[in-house]
Amino acid sequence: MKTIYKSIFIALLAVTTTLTFVQCSDDDDNGNAINEPTCNDGMMNGDEEGVDCGGTCEPCAVVLDFSGTYVQEDIMGRPGINTVFGGTNMVKNSFNTSIVSGRMNFQPIFEATMENYFDVYAMSLDLDPELVNYETNILGLDAPTFTTVLAEFDALQVAPDGETTYFNPATGAALTGRNLADDVIDISLILIFGGGDLENLNFSDPETGPLLITDGVGAGDRDFSLAFPYMSTVNQ
Amino acid sequence: MKKTKLFAAIGGLGVVILSVFLIAADHVDAPDVSGTTTDIADLYAFEGDNPNNTVLIATLQGPLMPGAPTNEAMFDESVLIEFNIDNTGDFKEDLVIQAIRRGDSMYFFGPAAPGQIGLNSQVQVTAPMSSVKISGTGETITATNNNMSFFAGPRRDYFFFDFERFNMVTSGEVAPEGFNAEGTDFFENLNVLAISVEVPNSMLGTAPPHVGAAVGLEGLPPAYNVWVSAKRRQ
Repeated sequence: MKTIYKSIFIALLAVTTTLTFVQCSDDDDNGNAINEPTCNDGMMNGDEEGVDCGGTCEPCAVVLDFSGTYVQEDIMGRPGINTVFGGTNMVKNSFNTSIVSGRMNFQPIFEATMENYFDVYAMSLDLDPELVNYETNILGLDAPTFTTVLAEFDALQVAPDGETTYFNPATGAALTGRNLADDVIDISLILIFGGGDLENLNFSDPETGPLLITDGVGAGDRDFSLAFPYMSTVNQ
Repeated sequence: MKKTKLFAAIGGLGVVILSVFLIAADHVDAPDVSGTTTDIADLYAFEGDNPNNTVLIATLQGPLMPGAPTNEAMFDESVLIEFNIDNTGDFKEDLVIQAIRRGDSMYFFGPAAPGQIGLNSQVQVTAPMSSVKISGTGETITATNNNMSFFAGPRRDYFFFDFERFNMVTSGEVAPEGFNAEGTDFFENLNVLAISVEVPNSMLGTAPPHVGAAVGLEGLPPAYNVWVSAKRRQ
C-alpha cells in the first residue's frame, strides 16, 4: 500500500508542477485559451504551413520564379486577319511566329487569298473569274493597299481621346479601337466584298446574288452594360 | 486571276475545307497553336468607364464548352501573355503589359519598356507588379493597384459569328448563296479565358499619328497600335 500512496503522490506532484508551469506561461490575464496556436507564437502549429504563416494566418511569403525566355507562339492584332487571309496552314503558322513590323512577304499572299474568294463565287455563278474581283472598298483602298494595311500594319489602332470602335456606322467613327459590341465580322465582310458605295453595297441582296457582306448574326443577349472587367460570367 | 493560278486554287480547295474546321476571330487560327494554352481567341481595346483609361482584354483557349471544359481550363504558368503598345508609329512595341500565372493568381508587370522587342521576351520583373486572384467560373475577383484594374478568369465569349456558315462560304460549299440572312451564332453558348487590364492613358505615352494617314485615310485621331502575343517559356 505504501508503494501505491507513493505513486499517487508522485502523480499528483507531476500534475501540480505542470499546472504551475502552464499558469506561469499564461499570466497575461487576457483570457486566451491555454496553448492555442497563434499567428505570432513563433512556432509552426495549428494549420500553419510555415512558422506563423499559411492556413488561417497570413499567406507565407512565396519566392516566385519569373526567370527564363518566352518565345512567341501566337499573336493577334485585328480580328480574323490570319484566319481569313492566311490561306494555307503553313502561312498561318508562319504569321503567328512573325513580328508585326516584318510582314512585307504576307501582302501578296493576302491579296491572292482574297481574290480566291471572288473566284469561287464567280465560278459558282458561271461567270468569268477574271471579271469578278475585289473592288476598291468604302475606305477608298484598292486591293494592294487594303492588303498592305492588313498584312503590314496588323494592330488595333486605339485612340486615347474620343470614341473607340472598329467601326460605328451611327457616328462614322472607325479604326479607333475594338469594343466588345463591335460587329467586326460584318465590318470585315463589307470591307472585303462590299465595294465602295456604302449605300449600295455589292453582294448585299440574297435575292439577286450571293449574300457576302453580313453573316446575319448580332450580339444577341450579351450584356454590354457591365463594369470592369466588362464581360459576364460563363455560360452554364 | 490567271487560269493556271485559278486551277491551283481549285486544287487547294479540298485542303481549305479540311483546314477550316474551327476558325474565328483568332480562335484556333492555325494548326500549331490550335488547342494549346498559347492560343489567342480575341483582342479588345476600348475606352473604359473612366474616359481617361483604356481597357485591354485578351481572350484565350477558346472556344470552351460550358461545364467541365470551362471549369477545368487553366492559364498556363509557362505562357506569358503580352499586351504590346506602339506609341511611336513604327509597329514595334515601346511598352508591354505582361501577365503570367503563378499558383492561384495572375501576376502583371508594366506598362514598361520591354527588355527586347520581337519574338522573345523576359518577364520585366523590375517593372511595377500587380496581382489578382484568378476567378472561378461563378465569381468576379478584381484587383486595383497603381491606378490600374486587373482581372483573370473564365468569361462568356463575347465574339459573335456564324463561323460554320463562314467555313462553307469560303470553301465554296454554299456558293452561290453565301451567308444566311438569319445566321447562327456559333459562340452564343461558349466561353473563354479572359485577361483584362484597365490602364490610365497617361501611362501609355502620347499616341502617334494614326497609321491610316499612310494610305490616304485622313482625319483619323492619333492612335496607339496595340496587339497581343502569347509566348511560351523555353
